[in-house]
Amino acid sequence: MSREEQAVARARKAFDTGRSKSLEHRIRQLRNLQRLLSERQKEISEAIKKDLNKSEVVIQLYETLGLEEEINLAIRKLKEWAAPRPVEKNLLTISDTVYIKPEPLGVVLIIGAWNYPWAVTIQPLIGAIAAGNAAVVKPSEVCVHTAKVMEELLPAYIDKELYPVVSGGVSETQELLRQRFDHIFYTGNSVVGKVIMEAAAKHLTPVTLELGGKSPCYIDKNCDISIACRRVAWGKYTNCGQTCIAPDYILCEPSIQDQVIEEITKSIKEFYTENPQTCPDYGRIINQRHFKRIMAMLDDSLVAVGGDSDESDCYIAPTVLRDVKPEAKVMQEEIFGPLLPILPVSGLDEAIKLINKGEKPLALYVFTPDDKMIKRIEDETSSGGLMANDCLVHYSVSSLPFGGVGNSGMGCYHGKFSFDQLSHLRGCLIKKLNKEGMNNMRYPPHTSKKLGWARFFILKSIDLGWIGRMALLAILVGVAAVVLQNYLK
Amino acid sequence: MEAQSQVVDRLRSSFRSGVTLPEQFRQTQLSRLLSMLKENEEKILAALHDDLAKPKFEAVLSEVELVLGEVHYAISNLRSWMQLEYCAKNMATKLDDCFVRREPLGVVLIIGTWNYPLQLVLSPMIGAIAAGNCVIVKPSEVSPATDRLIAELIPKYLSQDCYAVVSGGAEETKALLQHRFDHIFYTGSQAVARCILQAASVHLTPVTLELGGKCPSVVYGRVNIVAAARRLIWAKFFNAGQSCVAPDYVLCSKATCDTLVPALRAALQDFYGTEPQTCPDLSRIVSQKHWTRLVELLEKSKAKVVVGGETDEEDKYIAPTVVVDVAEDDVLMQEEIFGPILPIITVESLEKVIDFINSREKPLALYVFSDESSVINTVLEKTSSGGFCSNDGIIHMTLPGLPFGGVGASGWGSYHGRWGFETFSHRRACMMRGWALERLNGLRYPPYRDDKLSWLRWTTRTNCSIM
Repeated sequence: MSREEQAVARARKAFDTGRSKSLEHRIRQLRNLQRLLSERQKEISEAIKKDLNKSEVVIQLYETLGLEEEINLAIRKLKEWAAPRPVEKNLLTISDTVYIKPEPLGVVLIIGAWNYPWAVTIQPLIGAIAAGNAAVVKPSEVCVHTAKVMEELLPAYIDKELYPVVSGGVSETQELLRQRFDHIFYTGNSVVGKVIMEAAAKHLTPVTLELGGKSPCYIDKNCDISIACRRVAWGKYTNCGQTCIAPDYILCEPSIQDQVIEEITKSIKEFYTENPQTCPDYGRIINQRHFKRIMAMLDDSLVAVGGDSDESDCYIAPTVLRDVKPEAKVMQEEIFGPLLPILPVSGLDEAIKLINKGEKPLALYVFTPDDKMIKRIEDETSSGGLMANDCLVHYSVSSLPFGGVGNSGMGCYHGKFSFDQLSHLRGCLIKKLNKEGMNNMRYPPHTSKKLGWARFFILKSIDLGWIGRMALLAILVGVAAVVLQNYLK
Repeated sequence: MEAQSQVVDRLRSSFRSGVTLPEQFRQTQLSRLLSMLKENEEKILAALHDDLAKPKFEAVLSEVELVLGEVHYAISNLRSWMQLEYCAKNMATKLDDCFVRREPLGVVLIIGTWNYPLQLVLSPMIGAIAAGNCVIVKPSEVSPATDRLIAELIPKYLSQDCYAVVSGGAEETKALLQHRFDHIFYTGSQAVARCILQAASVHLTPVTLELGGKCPSVVYGRVNIVAAARRLIWAKFFNAGQSCVAPDYVLCSKATCDTLVPALRAALQDFYGTEPQTCPDLSRIVSQKHWTRLVELLEKSKAKVVVGGETDEEDKYIAPTVVVDVAEDDVLMQEEIFGPILPIITVESLEKVIDFINSREKPLALYVFSDESSVINTVLEKTSSGGFCSNDGIIHMTLPGLPFGGVGASGWGSYHGRWGFETFSHRRACMMRGWALERLNGLRYPPYRDDKLSWLRWTTRTNCSIM
């Protein structure tokens, strides 16, 4: 048996004991996870710094702060989320109990990504634990130090049979994908997303795919360009552009292009000083392969700001490209780096056309004071999420579902959405064996009288308050007595 | 006849034009669907009788009325379903607008099946129309009369630019799956579902798979055996056992079995008389192929027939049959029966019942007949299934408030009522910020400092309710 097979088998055995299901267990594990984040912040940060050159503050802000919030929310709300959810009934089931029972799925596979390794790997884990599942965690092998730290720390705090960490590269992931899971949660790119979905087909395993795409950013000439550009620059150059919802490219009218470039330049200086390479708050590209990939995109576009790089340091300066054409190399795939192309467009119409030519993105940004413009973008485009007048922040609102559509993904999570995504919502109807007389109308031998009553009773649906229900029940009992007496013999 | 790619292209450009977005358009189409059903009830019943010898009662209840109910439900609730859903915010985002917007996915494909050929195509279609999509429907060729009728009626009543019917067999379906859709809704078998999922993965198309499985019926503890038997018989032999949520087999103790069999026999006699083959209220098997499959199961089985067992090839008739002394590895226990054969397996404890169920794939439905609520609760807590119903069968799927779908091998996703609308929608998270408070944003911009971080932690706390 391979290592991966063993880990999954152990997780399934542990799940089958039923111990992951009790609310006490789930809350205890979540609290342990909380302790891990607060007690081992130092080791976590050191590893991330080695992998991505992120500073301590950045790590807390973008990695662990969000996780702490999610854990707190899950602990606070778990009882409510896991409770049976009553639904409306029809006339025939008026005295029965009808509800949706959230249940764990079983063993979930979580495949993390490297850009926010703790955030995107642990956030689904929070949902999996909260929903009562076992979960195999596969951190991205690209962030070597973080994967190692996760492998050491998680088993020290949370149930190591129920939630094993299995690290490794492509072949280990493929071996994992040969095993049977009850759900696969993948964060990464569309190419691998397709492979995951195909592998899932063998066992008919449902998947959540958090992918990416080119998130467009439209800047209206009538907005406060200075504020807009500051927010865009922050959204773009955080983590060196390696954010799934980073504004990928800008669309604006030619008349404001120069101003946009000027304002972004100002923001870059404000955030990262004159020499971003020496600024501790500016990150690095994750590895040489991605460095080369991003640099190759510069070939056929005009650099307005930045453009300098240092391969030995995996450093690429915050860069702005001007007068970029849709056919340019930088427009062919998600950049995932600190290059910000500006594509001049004649106005909102052309912008919308261009956006709709591409795949549905994970995020769409629009900067404008004009509500009508925002409404047009709402109505005429589609994207995972839509944000007006800022970037990235919608990620932090746990009551908003976070996920893609089309090529940018399927399924969503955060907050209660994580819980629901990794649960089975089982429809339950609890009846008693009494009142058998009522059922006579549906049994053969069939008569048209019975049919008439059945049409009326079985399929009409209502949602009444308590008093209405009682009144209706009284009427029903009376009617039923009459019907039984006279018609159904 | 229009080529498949032409149909898909036509629907896609209709969708792009935005015509399906306004509520009014969707309401109009749903109303036309209502008219379609009301004005053609006779034709529908005739087609269903052609395909499955469906008794009028069953056809009206499980096909026509069910779909009418869904359309009415959608029409009444569409406006509220389409409304923006405003969300809770944290302190940093208190002054912003956060909401979820339900948006159509685009062009969706619905592949139906033959056992409830009208319902299983129209019921998902209602959700798809309500959600504002363009829809291609592929009815099952195994129920050809209904297939033809759907192909005739849909273009007559609904917008031909936005909704199309594509008919054909396995080859045509394979070809259809080469195209790109924004959602594929499939009802049928696991084997085909795997192919569907593989085809869908090429374009990262989300799917809903309504599959099946062997739905266990537990009869245990203190139980009103007469009532239980009647409900069990009704649910099992409705449509001659050809329902994805039909009780597939019974689990009970030997003692219960001894009282259950006579009760089942009595109920069968009450419902279908002493000569079920002459009873107009009993359906037939859909095709020779399936008839042969079921007859072979009976022949190969080592179980003992205690009720029924008669068959008639020309009539595609199989009598309502109950078998006992069924071993766990009997041929009847290998796959979903989907026919009028009811095996009874005896196990001597509730624990063994649960182990039996859990050692098999998660079914689409699970039934427990008992007057003891502890028995019901124990089975409910210790097993998993798409849906669950105590002391009855099938009927849980008529409640639009319950999501109807499987889990594990019995399926992925759900529909009925609002769940259908949600299945065919994208929940787009929207956040509208203002221009003020840029200074507050300053907390998040570099240069990063510890004191900025502390302030940020405070403002993003979700449970702060001062403002």
